[in-house]
Amino acid sequence: MRKITYEDAVMEALQEEFRRDDKTVHLATDMNEPLLEEFGEERVRSTPISESAFVGAAIGLAGSGFRPIVDIRMATFGFVAMDQMMNQAAKITYMFGGQARFPILYRMTVGAGMSMAAQHSINPYPMYMNIPGLKIILPSTPYDVKGLLKTAIRDNNPVISFEHMGLGELVGEVPEEEYTLPLGQASLKKEGSDVTVVALAKMVHLSLEAAGEMEKEGISVEIIDPRTLMPLDRESIKASVMKTGRLVVVDEACLTCGTAGEIISSVVEDIKVFKNLKAPPKRVTGLDVPIPFSIPMEKFVVPDERKIASAIRGVMEDNL
Amino acid sequence: MPIKNEELKLMFRKMLTIRRFEERAIQEYQNGNLYGFIHSYIGQEAIAVGVCSHLRIDDRIVSNHRGHGHCIAKGADMKRMMAEIFGKKTGYCKGKGGSMHIADFKIGMLGANGIVGAGLPIATGSALAAQLEGGDRVSAVFFGDGACGEGEFHESLNLAAIWKLPIIFVCENNMYGVNTLTSYSMAAENVADRAVAYSMPGVVADGNNLFTVYETAEKAVNRARRGEGPSLIEFRTYRWRAHFEGGGMPDLRPGDELEEWKKKCPVAFMERQLFEMGLMDSDELKALDAEIMSKVQEAVEFARQSPEPSPEDALEDIFSE
Repeated sequence: MRKITYEDAVMEALQEEFRRDDKTVHLATDMNEPLLEEFGEERVRSTPISESAFVGAAIGLAGSGFRPIVDIRMATFGFVAMDQMMNQAAKITYMFGGQARFPILYRMTVGAGMSMAAQHSINPYPMYMNIPGLKIILPSTPYDVKGLLKTAIRDNNPVISFEHMGLGELVGEVPEEEYTLPLGQASLKKEGSDVTVVALAKMVHLSLEAAGEMEKEGISVEIIDPRTLMPLDRESIKASVMKTGRLVVVDEACLTCGTAGEIISSVVEDIKVFKNLKAPPKRVTGLDVPIPFSIPMEKFVVPDERKIASAIRGVMEDNL
Repeated sequence: MPIKNEELKLMFRKMLTIRRFEERAIQEYQNGNLYGFIHSYIGQEAIAVGVCSHLRIDDRIVSNHRGHGHCIAKGADMKRMMAEIFGKKTGYCKGKGGSMHIADFKIGMLGANGIVGAGLPIATGSALAAQLEGGDRVSAVFFGDGACGEGEFHESLNLAAIWKLPIIFVCENNMYGVNTLTSYSMAAENVADRAVAYSMPGVVADGNNLFTVYETAEKAVNRARRGEGPSLIEFRTYRWRAHFEGGGMPDLRPGDELEEWKKKCPVAFMERQLFEMGLMDSDELKALDAEIMSKVQEAVEFARQSPEPSPEDALEDIFSE
């Protein structure tokens, strides 16, 4: 199969959906050159740096029959438009009793590791998970991002795609043929029998590397990538933990009130899975600090292969 | 263009309908039949009616927390409005929105909005939709003077201006954000002065005079339909009631101010005008009022008799299919 980068997979998804549906409109503070060239400046708009205005304008467009795609760029810029995102986009379908549809895709980059300091590095998706009314995708591979974005664009609700900045250059297999991926279906990234590692976004790749090391120690690791956080495929995660009896969740986002905690709660709340646990689950997450600039500090506050390996060894040792 | 007599009478009917609807909602609230927030539109009726008279059913509006008047002016059904205010299943939003979130997308009423200033970006987006559709639909957004302190106001005006969107920004300046004087909270003398910064026409007009509202809105709507871009209109008016019903935010405005503005009642003004123009006599007014009161009564009866939503209905409509 041909291999392309994550970035190129994103662009293909946008181009294909723009060709498919002439109600799609692109809003972003910067030109999206390939889209602009193919679809023209009516549908591909560059906006002033006015996040509230264009995030909100997407809602008005969607409520009027269009299908806007908004590139907010960094998730930290998304905070500037919190009212439109949280109070408006998330609630508008519900508040109006479902009388209108609001198909919107908001894209934002997340992540640390680029030496961009706190105001350009963050993983805020757990916060968004706490606001009902938003669908959330967090793709980790070129294949996933293309298939999920296409589905997100066709969805009749506001969807946020969080895309880790460290994945843009990642190369992976992507079929030439048309395909889409369903929201709410986790992906098995590696099969294993001793420990279930649920990993998000870039952490999938670090976990795969750590799992390789673990194999040398005789520990068989299963890696599950939920791919979408809303809806979240709790069943696949539970099924895997039923098999392995051990769970490590790896997420670059902060610890407190995070996705990792939510995933572990869902697992241990199920009495069958709980009884089947061989060790208490562990979290490997970003530390509860803003992302610092200096490389030694930045590396220290986010998960790495060593921390993941240590947690995996930990759940192997902590027999209940 | 001079207003046709029939249209004038229709506009008066709508103004009186808003007045009676609001009076009844307040009464129901005071009798303990309603809960939550009621932000009354009494005193500002000429603005919603004068602006919406230029709008077709396929034009779009976005309203705010004080939104009942805009709904009625755009043609919403009072029964479903009242049912929503009563929190009933038959309401426009199945009881999920209440007074502050009435919407009727079928008539281009894209919703009242509970966050000050938040409707402007949404309306701007709907105007972009109109532009992309290629026809001559327009959008109008109603907001108070308080919204002009929000970044969303400035961002939206700028966005609409650079793209020449067919939108009318309608500021209903009732002089106060709750109890804070706009002359205190805004450095500029007029909201409309800010239009200069966004290269669009900005006018200040009497919001209690239906003729003035009608003529001012007509220019802005025509400009938008011609594809010439947005306008900002500031209508000067006064809200007769406290910020909302129930005393949660007591009215601290000087009492004599209200008395002065009551002399400029937009409904009474139009009554006098219609009498003077020979378009209505006192018997006709009585008959019209009785008819409107009975429609409001029907709306209340409908709301009362409508079923409550079941608790589990709370779990529906989070997402569309």
